[in-house]
Amino acid sequence: MTNKKDGTKIIKVDTLARVEGEGGLYIKIKDNAVQEVRLKIFEPPRFFEAFLRDRDFREVPDITARICGICPVAYQMSSVHAMENALGVKVEGPLRELRRLLYCGEWIESHVLHIFMLHAPDFLGYEDAIKMAKDHGAIVERGLKLKKAGNDLMAKIGGREIHPINVRVGGFYKVFKKRELKEITEQLKWARDAALETVRWTAKLPFPEFEQDYEFVALRHPDEYPINEGRLVSSAGLDIDISQFNQHFEEEHVEHSNALHSVLKERGAYFVGPMARFNLNFDRLSPISQEAAKQAGLTKTCKNPFKSIIVRSVEVLYACDEALRILENYEMPDHPFIEIEPKAGTGHGCTEAPRGMLYHRYAIDDSGKVLDARIVPPTSQNQKTIENDLWHFVKKYLDLSDAELTWQCEQAIRNYDPCISCATHFLKLEMDRE
Amino acid sequence: MATPVLVIGIGNPFRSDDRAGLEVARRIKRSANDRLKVLEIAGNPLALLDIWKGYDEVLLVDAVSSKSKPGTFQIINAVKKTIPAGLFNTSTHNISVAEAIEMARNLNQLPKQMLVYGIEGKNFQFGEALSPQVNEAIEKVVHHILSHIH
Repeated sequence: MTNKKDGTKIIKVDTLARVEGEGGLYIKIKDNAVQEVRLKIFEPPRFFEAFLRDRDFREVPDITARICGICPVAYQMSSVHAMENALGVKVEGPLRELRRLLYCGEWIESHVLHIFMLHAPDFLGYEDAIKMAKDHGAIVERGLKLKKAGNDLMAKIGGREIHPINVRVGGFYKVFKKRELKEITEQLKWARDAALETVRWTAKLPFPEFEQDYEFVALRHPDEYPINEGRLVSSAGLDIDISQFNQHFEEEHVEHSNALHSVLKERGAYFVGPMARFNLNFDRLSPISQEAAKQAGLTKTCKNPFKSIIVRSVEVLYACDEALRILENYEMPDHPFIEIEPKAGTGHGCTEAPRGMLYHRYAIDDSGKVLDARIVPPTSQNQKTIENDLWHFVKKYLDLSDAELTWQCEQAIRNYDPCISCATHFLKLEMDRE
Repeated sequence: MATPVLVIGIGNPFRSDDRAGLEVARRIKRSANDRLKVLEIAGNPLALLDIWKGYDEVLLVDAVSSKSKPGTFQIINAVKKTIPAGLFNTSTHNISVAEAIEMARNLNQLPKQMLVYGIEGKNFQFGEALSPQVNEAIEKVVHHILSHIH
């Protein structure tokens, strides 16, 4: 932080640590009033939407999986759902369950990485998880083992833990006999207990007092906690089919970010991710997860983003519980995939990535070639809300020491588990030619 | 009986010289036997803690970018010396190889003996070709490791 003679204070973090991707923070305070807040994203754009054009529809899930090393399943799932939607196919029964199982693996590994390695050090006053491990060895070890359960589940169903290769439009390349899943089932039983311990542990962390009125947006399904399907709903009454995404959401370019800011056309900033899912779908959590949430002191609506670490751990518990439910009822699908013939059409896919709702839309021609692609990742949707949080947080806590305020601003960004390299994948390049 | 020596080559196969560690592992694999196990790792460094569990001696090879002359290599005795934090972070955003080693140290999960070979890369852009200097360094490291073991 720098203090100038004219009473201006600048909080500047050139490169944010413990977030995925390259980003920075700039806050300007003058005469004890916040004047400017910028979450700067300088991770270079990667133009996925442009180079998906002209590719065969079958290649898309493997290409989009490369957008993120932490949440590749989310990109695969939103893209296969969009393709299946365009081609008029619905994947149901055991294949659908197997996809949900794979997705549980990703929620576990991604959330656990964030809880233990990236976010917890903020609360406990450590620079990073490595230093935290010195004093909290048993807890970090539990985190590592729990993360491994998620990774192993992804590796089992997806073929490998990073950028899985087993998902295809219409189903999977390979499916499993029930006995092949026995080992992972045992591992997940341990994981469910460890996840419950984790909820209890995160509930005891110290939380700054900070609540905001947000518009939460998440999927909602008639009977499930939202992972792979549902209508898009919000705490302000939005309730739409995902195909209406464009009518309600739009993306804006802002100068200080290589990622577009997504807003609700009518109301502006909104909030996606674990807290949005939890607040809009508490009644869809499994009994053990609801009970753990209550015991952790969470009410049905949590408005303190610092408590997202508890919500995330409730979702880890849910993902373990849900994975075990699927495994218990698992029957090997008769055929790994549904045969699909290409035809022209437009399809929408929306699933819940660990960090929040992830929307894909593709138009394909009658030979199955992609004509147009659109990908709206969760971090771009949360950017405005992160900036708003910083604005209000700094205003409220101006009397903190400079070091403490900078620290807590970084923590406030990590509340959203931002995945900056995902968020820059869709930037459109505009060129002026004369 | 002593456990086999584990050689781990780390790298991103699509980032030119960053593949150096993988290449070392690939060449050493030809000599693998009961006393020598070789693995190639192209992702999540945190998994290392699990991977070397049960091995007494581990040799780890990765490309580094430390402003030294490309094609030179350094050997760090990880049991005795902390790995500089910025040394290996060329291919991953969150937990680097150096951080994974330091994490293991703090959790008492380092193998009894561990040497880390860092090969100075020149080009970390997208691509699969190795710089000639790095290719030479790979041969030297392979030779060093094989003579260290035998």
